[in-house]
Amino acid sequence: MSTDKKIDEYSGTETTGHEWDGIEELNTPMPRWWLGIMFVSIIWSIGYVILMPAFPLLHGYSKGILGFSDRVRVSEAVSKMHADRSVQSQQLVGADFETIRADPNLMRFAMAQGKSLFGDNCETCHGARGRGFTGYPNLNDDIWLWGGSYEDIRQTITYGIRADHDETRLSSMVAYGRDEFLSSGEIDDLVQFVLSLSDPTTQNTRGAALFTQNCVSCHGAEGRGTRENGAPDLTDADWLYGGDPASVRTTLFNGREGVMPNWNERLGADQIAALSIYVHSLGGGE
Amino acid sequence: MSTQNTSIIKNNNGAVLPIGVIVILGFLWALFAAARGDDPTIMPHAYMFMFAFALASFALVYGIMENKFVYDPYEYDDSVIRAGVIATVFWGIAGMLVGVIIASQLAFPNFMYFENMPWTNFGRLRPLHTSGVIFGFGGNALIATSFYIVQRTCRTRLAGGLWPWFVFWGYNLFLVIAGTGYLMGITESKEYAEPEWYADIWLTIVWIAYLMVFMLTLVKRKEKHIYVANWFFLSFIVTIALLHVVNNLSLPVSFLGAKSYSAFSGVQDAMTQWWYGHNAVGFFLTTGFLGMMYYFIPKRADRPIWSYKLSIVHFWTVIFIYIWAGPHHLHFTALPQWTQTMGMVFSIMLWMPSWGGMINGLMTLSGAWDKFRVDPVLRLLVISVAFYGMATFEGPLMAIRYVNALSHYTDWTIGHVHAGALGWNGMITFGALYCMVPWLWKKQEMYSLRMVEWHFWLALIGIVFYVSAMWVSGITQGLMWRAYNDLGFLEYSFIETVKAMKPYYIIRAVGGALYLSGMFVLTFNIWMTIKGKGGAKALDGVQPVARKPDPTAIPELALGE
Repeated sequence: MSTDKKIDEYSGTETTGHEWDGIEELNTPMPRWWLGIMFVSIIWSIGYVILMPAFPLLHGYSKGILGFSDRVRVSEAVSKMHADRSVQSQQLVGADFETIRADPNLMRFAMAQGKSLFGDNCETCHGARGRGFTGYPNLNDDIWLWGGSYEDIRQTITYGIRADHDETRLSSMVAYGRDEFLSSGEIDDLVQFVLSLSDPTTQNTRGAALFTQNCVSCHGAEGRGTRENGAPDLTDADWLYGGDPASVRTTLFNGREGVMPNWNERLGADQIAALSIYVHSLGGGE
Repeated sequence: MSTQNTSIIKNNNGAVLPIGVIVILGFLWALFAAARGDDPTIMPHAYMFMFAFALASFALVYGIMENKFVYDPYEYDDSVIRAGVIATVFWGIAGMLVGVIIASQLAFPNFMYFENMPWTNFGRLRPLHTSGVIFGFGGNALIATSFYIVQRTCRTRLAGGLWPWFVFWGYNLFLVIAGTGYLMGITESKEYAEPEWYADIWLTIVWIAYLMVFMLTLVKRKEKHIYVANWFFLSFIVTIALLHVVNNLSLPVSFLGAKSYSAFSGVQDAMTQWWYGHNAVGFFLTTGFLGMMYYFIPKRADRPIWSYKLSIVHFWTVIFIYIWAGPHHLHFTALPQWTQTMGMVFSIMLWMPSWGGMINGLMTLSGAWDKFRVDPVLRLLVISVAFYGMATFEGPLMAIRYVNALSHYTDWTIGHVHAGALGWNGMITFGALYCMVPWLWKKQEMYSLRMVEWHFWLALIGIVFYVSAMWVSGITQGLMWRAYNDLGFLEYSFIETVKAMKPYYIIRAVGGALYLSGMFVLTFNIWMTIKGKGGAKALDGVQPVARKPDPTAIPELALGE
């Protein structure tokens, strides 16, 4: 090991005299600017610590000279937001559809809030702008299982469908196969009959009796559906769970019990009103 | 090979007994878990442990019986380092390939995803990518280079005889257990610390062995002073041991089952996790790789380290300040604001200490910048330091609460991490491999420096694609999330922000694929070098180039004692 200090030819700087596996070290002083910025950042940090909440004490923590608190700032901002919106929010909760529609400012407020709420709460299931997926109704058309008026929509959003609330909309498609109400052969007949309802070119009589016995109580004598039961129209081309024979058979065999949550616990009455206005406007509101 | 001292041959049989005890105890636990385990998810791991430990037992018995554990104390212990180089390349390819797949899944969600194979889901592949590149690629590179450097700079053979091999195989067994566990859905849900309790205990045993090998090698050094690279390696090994043990404190549901519950809960759990997570970046990916930098840059440039004083001051300031900066990962969460303040100010104070390493690395080039132009290996090493400087400036910037309000949870963070990981950790490792492979396999140079040049450009362009796409996408995301309309309602729904990211996700995947293709070039080049093709002529009988150590030279004193 070399312990002799020597002068590096290129830089003219002295080495430390150490050497490891051929590596030497120069005794260059630390860069002034480097030390300078480091000290400035330390001084700045001390200043910030004095001004802001920064370290734990025996009881609580240091509040800082500025006494700034994010929690306080956020709750103030939320209060201010509620105050700013309070007039229009109250109007929304109390008013009926015609009153809201007659007030362009209130309508604009409701639509803006509704769109924002829809994006963060509803699009997960109902898709962007409510275009729907299998099992999740399209909200742009004029087909409404439980009614498409402003009040109907508001009721559905507030209490949900088959949700965990006393006021929720209830009904269910019976699992005719799984629960052994009908035999497999009977279900096949019924599938053919149900499909024939929306297809005038086919005739099926074998399922007609079964349909009368089991289905008309909810879906109506002609299979056009009833809103009080949330039972879909079987004569149109619109299918929530698919209109091919296999899907219809699955529906008949296992039943369907899709759930729409009740939003009254997550959203305020004013928000639900705004959301109902927005959903109503999507295309099919009655 | 030493010719004048062949009479002195020693053996490592002393290490067989303690290693054997560990292996047999491990085998017995695995046997119990396989036979009586009350948790089907642990079965594959029990069998894997049994297989590995059985293999290890046979190797130990065979080694003793056939007298295989002999060594020449006049030689450095390089065989385990050669294995480490190969493992580094293997995990690099595996980890980066998974990275490209999950980057593509973010752009095209059904890419390589099969409904009947839950392990192809993004959620399971993502930890395989992060652990594969950080702990597989980075970890093996750190173990290999630390073993290489500590021997040369202490002028002594690795301590512990067989223990370095235990460290290598034990560590890679941990990686296999961890990686397969993620695919099967076994996870503690702690980022970068996902493996369950039994894998954690195994890693603890391996890591203590690593610490002992490294420390005892330092203790028996033949140099008066400890070289700066070794300070960095030691801080890395000690701190990772501490972080790993504390963050993974948990209670198993059953000692024969996979699941465990963390000792911490709520915000304490989050704080402990990010104390770990942040310092895994600080001590695994920063100080460990600075150890590499402090050896390979002066060695390849053939220049002295620029400033000894700077190395001391930036070492102590980095390790003192880094450890407090973790709370900046939890800005604007349930973490109390005073803790966030601490995380932020320590991050800002960390800026210059981090830059000390960059300055020392770059300034070491003074007097040798001409080599930067002609030597692609040196260029990889130097550009990696430039990326280190960029990432360590960006880090404190993003730790400022007001900047973080925009950047938090966005792709900006992903871009920042990859500027560091691909630019700094990746490129310095490539440079170190290109230096070490000819030295370890006793060749004059790599098979092809032109291929190194290609690798350099593929990696660099890949990084530029990746990082710039993530900057744009991250800032776009942050701005869209906080956009309000004139009535004070949110302008965009979350899904709209996701849709806006798509082009950037495609660019990111392309960048990753370029980086991965560079890795294939490296693999081919190393393979051909080991086979002695092209420029990789055998060193014997040829005067080695002056800037490289002469691997055949034997120090005057025996290395071992």
